[in-house]
Amino acid sequence: MEENCLLELRGIDKMFPGVMALNNVDFTLRKGEIHALMGENGAGKSTLIKILTGVYSMDAGTILVEGKNVHIGSPQDAQNNGISTVYQETTLCPNLTVAENMFIGREKSLLVKQKAYEKRAEEILESLQIPARARQQLGNCSLAVQQMVAIARAVDMQCKVLILDEPTSSLDDKEVNMLFKLMRDLKSRGVGIIFVTHFLEQVYEVSDRITVLRNGELVGEFLTEELPQVQLVAKMIGKELDELNNLSDTEERSAASGEVFYQAEGLSSSETLPFDFSIRKGEVNGFTGLLGSGRSESVRAIFGADKVGGGTVKIKGKNVKITKPVDAMKHGIGYLAEDRKRDGIIADLSVRENIIIAMQVMNGFFKPISRSESEAFADEYIKALNIKTASRETPVGALSGGNQQKVILARWLLTHPDYLILDEPTRGIDVGTKLEIQKLVLKLAEEDVSVTFISSEIEEMLRTCSRLIVMRDRHIVGELKGSDLNQAQVMKTIAGGES
Amino acid sequence: MKERIKKVFKSSLGQLAIPLIAIALLIIFNLIRDPGFFVIGLTQNNDGNLVLQGNLISIINGASELAVLAMGMTLVTAACGGQDISVGAAAAIAGSVLVKVLKSGSGITGGRVLAAFLMACLVAMIFGSFNGTLVAIFKIQPMIATLILYTCGRSIAYWINGGATPTVSSPVITAIGSFIPGIPVPTPVLIVIAMTILFKLLFRFTSLELFTQSVGINGSAARLNGINTTFIKLLSFIILGVCVAVAGSIGVSRLGLINHETLLLDIEMDAILAVAIGGNSLGGGRFKLSGSIIGAYVIQMLTITLYAMKVSSTDVKAYKAIVIVILVVIGSPVFKEKFGKTVNRIRNNRNGLMEKGAEKA
Amino acid sequence: MKNQNRQRREPLTDTQLLMTITICIFLAMYILAMLLLKGGFLHVQQLFDLLNDNASLIIVSCGLTIVMIGGGIDISVGAVTSLVVMSCVLFLNRGGNLFLSVLLALGIGLAFGLVHGFLVSYLEIQPFIVTLAGMFFARGMTTILSIDPQKATHEGFKKLQEAKIEIPWLGYVAKNGNLIPARMEIGVVVALLCVIGVFILLKYVSLGRGFYAMGGNQTSSLMLGINVKKTRFLSYLLSGLLSGISGFVFLMHTGAGNATNAAAMEMDAIASSIIGGTLLTGGVGNVVGTFFGTLTLTTIKKIVVSSGLNDPWWQKITTGGMLCFFILLQSVVLRQREKRKKSN
Repeated sequence: MEENCLLELRGIDKMFPGVMALNNVDFTLRKGEIHALMGENGAGKSTLIKILTGVYSMDAGTILVEGKNVHIGSPQDAQNNGISTVYQETTLCPNLTVAENMFIGREKSLLVKQKAYEKRAEEILESLQIPARARQQLGNCSLAVQQMVAIARAVDMQCKVLILDEPTSSLDDKEVNMLFKLMRDLKSRGVGIIFVTHFLEQVYEVSDRITVLRNGELVGEFLTEELPQVQLVAKMIGKELDELNNLSDTEERSAASGEVFYQAEGLSSSETLPFDFSIRKGEVNGFTGLLGSGRSESVRAIFGADKVGGGTVKIKGKNVKITKPVDAMKHGIGYLAEDRKRDGIIADLSVRENIIIAMQVMNGFFKPISRSESEAFADEYIKALNIKTASRETPVGALSGGNQQKVILARWLLTHPDYLILDEPTRGIDVGTKLEIQKLVLKLAEEDVSVTFISSEIEEMLRTCSRLIVMRDRHIVGELKGSDLNQAQVMKTIAGGES
Repeated sequence: MKERIKKVFKSSLGQLAIPLIAIALLIIFNLIRDPGFFVIGLTQNNDGNLVLQGNLISIINGASELAVLAMGMTLVTAACGGQDISVGAAAAIAGSVLVKVLKSGSGITGGRVLAAFLMACLVAMIFGSFNGTLVAIFKIQPMIATLILYTCGRSIAYWINGGATPTVSSPVITAIGSFIPGIPVPTPVLIVIAMTILFKLLFRFTSLELFTQSVGINGSAARLNGINTTFIKLLSFIILGVCVAVAGSIGVSRLGLINHETLLLDIEMDAILAVAIGGNSLGGGRFKLSGSIIGAYVIQMLTITLYAMKVSSTDVKAYKAIVIVILVVIGSPVFKEKFGKTVNRIRNNRNGLMEKGAEKA
Repeated sequence: MKNQNRQRREPLTDTQLLMTITICIFLAMYILAMLLLKGGFLHVQQLFDLLNDNASLIIVSCGLTIVMIGGGIDISVGAVTSLVVMSCVLFLNRGGNLFLSVLLALGIGLAFGLVHGFLVSYLEIQPFIVTLAGMFFARGMTTILSIDPQKATHEGFKKLQEAKIEIPWLGYVAKNGNLIPARMEIGVVVALLCVIGVFILLKYVSLGRGFYAMGGNQTSSLMLGINVKKTRFLSYLLSGLLSGISGFVFLMHTGAGNATNAAAMEMDAIASSIIGGTLLTGGVGNVVGTFFGTLTLTTIKKIVVSSGLNDPWWQKITTGGMLCFFILLQSVVLRQREKRKKSN
């Protein structure tokens, strides 16, 4: 193959129970290049990276490092082959100093050569121009610097391949620029960098090549300068641009004309910038944008899930204060959280208990739902939503992802909300269930319930929403309705207009 | 229907398996050692009452304070993922308050006993909410937070008593500590039954059980479903406070005096142990109150068995430790996994051999 | 640029910050006691007495600090100390060799550490329960060995026990004109050596830094290539060993074994570590802080007595109050720090 090939993956397969996570994927990294790995959720990026770092083992395929066939069975193997990874959440110890973090676990001798380490660390930090000091406690550095220290550790371990998994998602612009400078510096030293991110602009700013994955398959490898931004989005989402243009005349959905149910002005939380938003009765709207664009944070702010910053909120024209989730629930708002495992299911509790919990909170502490009543509710919704579970007393953690999601949907439907926020209700679940959920959303709208629907799959949103709010890099960059509601227009708006 | 019952039975049995097996083994062991160990007799006591007597009764009676504390400890463990090590000291305070109020006037009437008990409850709940505030609001680990009261609780009790170990003698107190005339069952046992019913009612008429488990399993999700996690944690400590007051009152009534140094000494360790033996995770989350109660009786039965074997009360700890280690080792996930693997391998080998045998044939 | 970096003082790490607070409070307390209470506090002997009385507490606190830095807990240390005292007394009184009795003390400590470490790190059982069982076992074994107090009668041991280090120039002139030199027991020297040893271990040996890493973030330390299981095992082993040493030092101080020896010492040790700035969550702490934590804890008791609060309950109530103060202070300081970091 090519002379300067650093890392080659050929025909990688990885099966998870019921899912083909990677199907015959190839990937090539050359010396001194920054190679962006792109794809939406479930595309297989993280699986590929975990195979490279030895966390997962692949089912088929070969890995070549500098032309030599290698076996990577553990994180240690990966490091020995010169592959280092820096994760989104840094995997260092915040209570130790910068120098210690760079050298711990690598000492060959019994004694710690503190002075020597500090001197060496100081040298590396200086040569990479990282604004940290060797004796500083790592926890006192900004996240960006922590990430750079992790990179410095990798560099000192003579890594040839550096994988950066979403390194910029919690950094501000200035910090991102510092990181990019470091990346370019490493590139000039011949290190190959695999850069995983959701920020399109950053890809265009720093990368040389782009590999796109979709649904576990390779879409293709492209030179960054030859691939327009809108094309990239199309490839990630799975529609060619021409095809998109032909599809542009989808049926026009009439905008709901009921009274305004919820209205926020200048609403902000600890995770968002101030924004305005309103929704009418019986309206289905959507927040769209790539991951990290701020869409989830916005709906969390509506529900009071994060610390509220400021702004005024009106429900049915009356001023209300929503500072914590229970306030929102009392005003008829339900919220299905994006991260099902962390914020949704209560894994050890039964399906029945998971279904009634929100209603129980609404009823109050002293009015428990009786056992027979709760069983009736559970049975009703298990049947209505077709939840596949051994019994209503099965722990919800034992159910498949789709059925867990239905349980949480049932939880909120049981409270008969006036406004339901669904953040990625269809992520990681099978196609049949996805359709069921979409139908359910439309049915709710007919019953005059307002719904906010968020999904990474634009078709889903086009099928269900009558209005789309487009976000990019934490700003609302457009609002589409009527004839503008088509894939091409959505993608153009997401990508930033120019095509 | 039958299937369902079987399933429910099986799932709850899974958690209770270890304490139940422990009890069964202890019973079998005792029966072999001394077939008459569990004989229960009806005899007349000093006050002329017909009362039940026997080793089994003294086990059930003796575990009363522990069982009551284990119930409250279960709740705190479930909600906070940590334990309160100050219950013994707090019980000494509650007991001292009880005695103080009892002795504050002449003559001990039923009304005064009630007032004294309510006062003890109030004080114990105040100390409980002190612990709870540190844990729920200041986010200090339960063990560290309760170390404060553990350190100074018994001295506070001493202070309340004014440096003495006052005695109280009254038929009412005797009745609470041993037997109510006409009822052959020891009163502490009745109190445990009453407390169990009280807890069941609490679970029946409030959402405490559901909310506590939710907070313990997934605090973030519980918060997003509108549960006030701080309140639930605080509440668990206040309820434990009530349990502490009840246990302290039983302890005082048994002896008819308050000794701040020895009242329910080291009971915090036993209470935590009862929770663990009952199959409840000390890391919080799902809990079974019945498990902890059975756990309390396992500990007491073990103690009484050892006493019956002429082990002195101070030496009992050493043997208890060995049994604890065996129980937790059997219950540990790593052991289960390794053991399961070995069993599987043996089974597979046997199947393999049988297949080979079949082939040969 | 480089030089500037070197010379610039770094902001204190969490460990250093908490330790500094403790040392300052201790010094302030001691100086105040000297000024206001006069009495014994003006004599160096007072400080030496504090050390003489609490040498073994200092030693077990060191062990506990190691375990707590690694994110664990060991509540058996007091009971093991007590068991060692009793075993050694009986061994010596039955004509045992002095040197062998030291080995016996270390052996018992190591055995406990070994079992605790194995159960906690390789069978992944909760450390609280494991060391609780260890505590029960040690207490029970102590009374099985002897329920009655045993006085050491071994000649060689008595000599060792009575040996004291005298420092004349730190002494004072008594009323009758005699110079009374400041006396320090051998146990104190052992305790100070333990503090120094553990200090070096934690600061300059890779294993020690492993304890910090493990307590700071277990997943990270795995990723950074630390053998977490082995590291955790060794932390309990060291704590056991130090309990063994503490037992022998305790015996040198009291000269007798008693089943109630070192009662509740584990909680005093935990309190010392906490006051010294060790967090139970792991990763933060320092043995020098622990040393001053022990001194603070024991000084407050002396101050209570000297200041005329003679009722027996005041000692512990003040201790509890002080513990509460330190726990809240740490919680507030660390949270403040967190906030500042976020806003930066």
